[in-house]
Amino acid sequence: MAAAPESTGSNGLIGWIDKRFPLTALWRSQVSEYYAPKNFNFWYYFGSLALLILVNQLVTGIFLTMNYKPSSAEAFASIEYIMRDVNWGWLIRYMHSTGASAFFIVIYLHMFRALLYGSHRKPRELLWIFGCLIFLTLMAEGFMGYVLPWGNMSFWGAQVITSLFGSLPVVGGTLVDWIRGDYVIADATLNRFFALHVAAIPLALIFLVVAHLMALHEVGSNNPDGIEIHEHNDSKGHPLDGIPFHPYYTVKDLVGVMGFLVIFAGVIFFAPTFGGLFLESPNFSPANPLQTPPHIAPVWYFTPFYAMLRAVPSFAGTQVWGVLVMGASIVVLFFVPWLDRSPVKSIRYRGPIYKVMLAIFVVSFVILGICGLKPPAGIYPMLAKICTVLYFAFFLLMPWYTRIDRVKPVPERVTGHD
Amino acid sequence: MSSDRVDHESRESFAANGAEEVDHSRRRLLTAATAGVGAVGVVFAAVPFISSWQPSVRAKALGAPVSVDASKLEDGQMLKVVWRGQPVFVVRRSKAVIDALGGHNDILADPNSDDSQQPAYIKDAGPARARNPEYWVGLAVCTHLGCSPLSAFEPNNAFQVAGTDLGQNWPGGFYCPCHGSKYDISGRVFKSMPAPKNLTVPSYTFSGDARIVIGEDEVPKPA
Repeated sequence: MAAAPESTGSNGLIGWIDKRFPLTALWRSQVSEYYAPKNFNFWYYFGSLALLILVNQLVTGIFLTMNYKPSSAEAFASIEYIMRDVNWGWLIRYMHSTGASAFFIVIYLHMFRALLYGSHRKPRELLWIFGCLIFLTLMAEGFMGYVLPWGNMSFWGAQVITSLFGSLPVVGGTLVDWIRGDYVIADATLNRFFALHVAAIPLALIFLVVAHLMALHEVGSNNPDGIEIHEHNDSKGHPLDGIPFHPYYTVKDLVGVMGFLVIFAGVIFFAPTFGGLFLESPNFSPANPLQTPPHIAPVWYFTPFYAMLRAVPSFAGTQVWGVLVMGASIVVLFFVPWLDRSPVKSIRYRGPIYKVMLAIFVVSFVILGICGLKPPAGIYPMLAKICTVLYFAFFLLMPWYTRIDRVKPVPERVTGHD
Repeated sequence: MSSDRVDHESRESFAANGAEEVDHSRRRLLTAATAGVGAVGVVFAAVPFISSWQPSVRAKALGAPVSVDASKLEDGQMLKVVWRGQPVFVVRRSKAVIDALGGHNDILADPNSDDSQQPAYIKDAGPARARNPEYWVGLAVCTHLGCSPLSAFEPNNAFQVAGTDLGQNWPGGFYCPCHGSKYDISGRVFKSMPAPKNLTVPSYTFSGDARIVIGEDEVPKPA
């Protein structure tokens, strides 16, 4: 390590620590001498923003547990207590609930960036897989978190989602009782979802985020040109098209953080329910097992997948097919690095077919999201069916259309920056 | 990597001391045996944790049968009772409604409940799907995703339930507001609905003319 002489030479506190823990070495290898491509653009804000939101969720979450009661008799009232009586409780809760939606917005944009610039391609397949696992874990975290306020939508949402497991052949019924710990969604279910939401899943999430970052720093960041910067180094061995993460990208990301916080604070203060999208109105009345809300819709970030679930009709006496299609819509993400056969990574050098397919994919994902929010009547069921087909077409036809697509020559060095 | 090196060095020092060659097959056997016993231990240690997620003794006790007095129901009225925390419908039906039940098999997905979760004595009870045709009993849990269907008993009457027009040919029955599944008044699902099966009928029995015990096939004989 080039860092060794200086760090061992220091006699101060840092020097004392460095002889016992690789503090300076870690700082250098991971931050101040971690070279990132110099052509990062707007789309590269969302990784650091996701990290910021994770911290926000952890801190606000810890403070919420100090006043929340995870029992079916007390949960709803304890949320109202936090909202009305605890000093600043409303702010802490709205930061947490808005943070959940912000997390998914940022993660969806972060994943879209990967599809734009081929960030999932070799050698970043494992980085992408860790990311998909984070997404999956986040969905579990979001779902269980939504049950905790024990509003009527919490209850019935949990009822619908846990029932999904009941459609599995043979083991279904036993599995559902096992997940719920009762014959219905009950106190036992709420209590275990609380344990998973505040301890088990956050631990898994932190572990996966560390693994995601370690994989990123092992292979290095991709960039909007989708080319490897480590192929052209200067005399010191640093990439010519790279700049140290600190101070260049720490400062750039701070700008992103400020932009994000303006919007985030705006939502928290002026539209915390976001018109029923972030917090649904039936959840402002307590859970009632005898009263299904007239229309059950999950929170917005699950609706594209929920729409796919509903789009598949029951067949051969079981509705397991919809569940399988919904599961497959997530599983297929893991295979994208191998489904994509294009000789280039970035959309800048891809041909028209990929651009059109990506646009169709984004539009159908958004339409699915809208369909999942609406009652299954009118044009929505048909629209959901069409968009489910398009969603899968984007992935399953990828090996074919990325190979026949016309691509542009890829430059040796990154473009747009001198 | 480092363990390999240690391994290698210790092997050399053994050799220098004139000790015997390392018996690799023995080492492999011991490693496999230790790992195997460890794995069995992990499986046994996992049992209490996995089992702790099952319904507790208290939850099972609360799942005991419930007794309902349905004598005060008028024709066309419905009672919702809770059994095992789930809503159960008890519907009283008039003779005219019962007689009309056999007439719309063509719109039903499973008119004989061959594919549905209902006790044998209910499946054998004809289109009434009840031990006593006057009282229909069934779980108020849609077989699609567990929502609670709404009652819409008035036939041939285009009216609004949860914003949906059930149409002029509606024979009277249940409508699930979540995903639009329709059932007749015996809880039998219509064709091409999200719900694949008829409403579940729990085991139940009569302990008097209109006293229904839900959760039991037969009334236990007094000891």
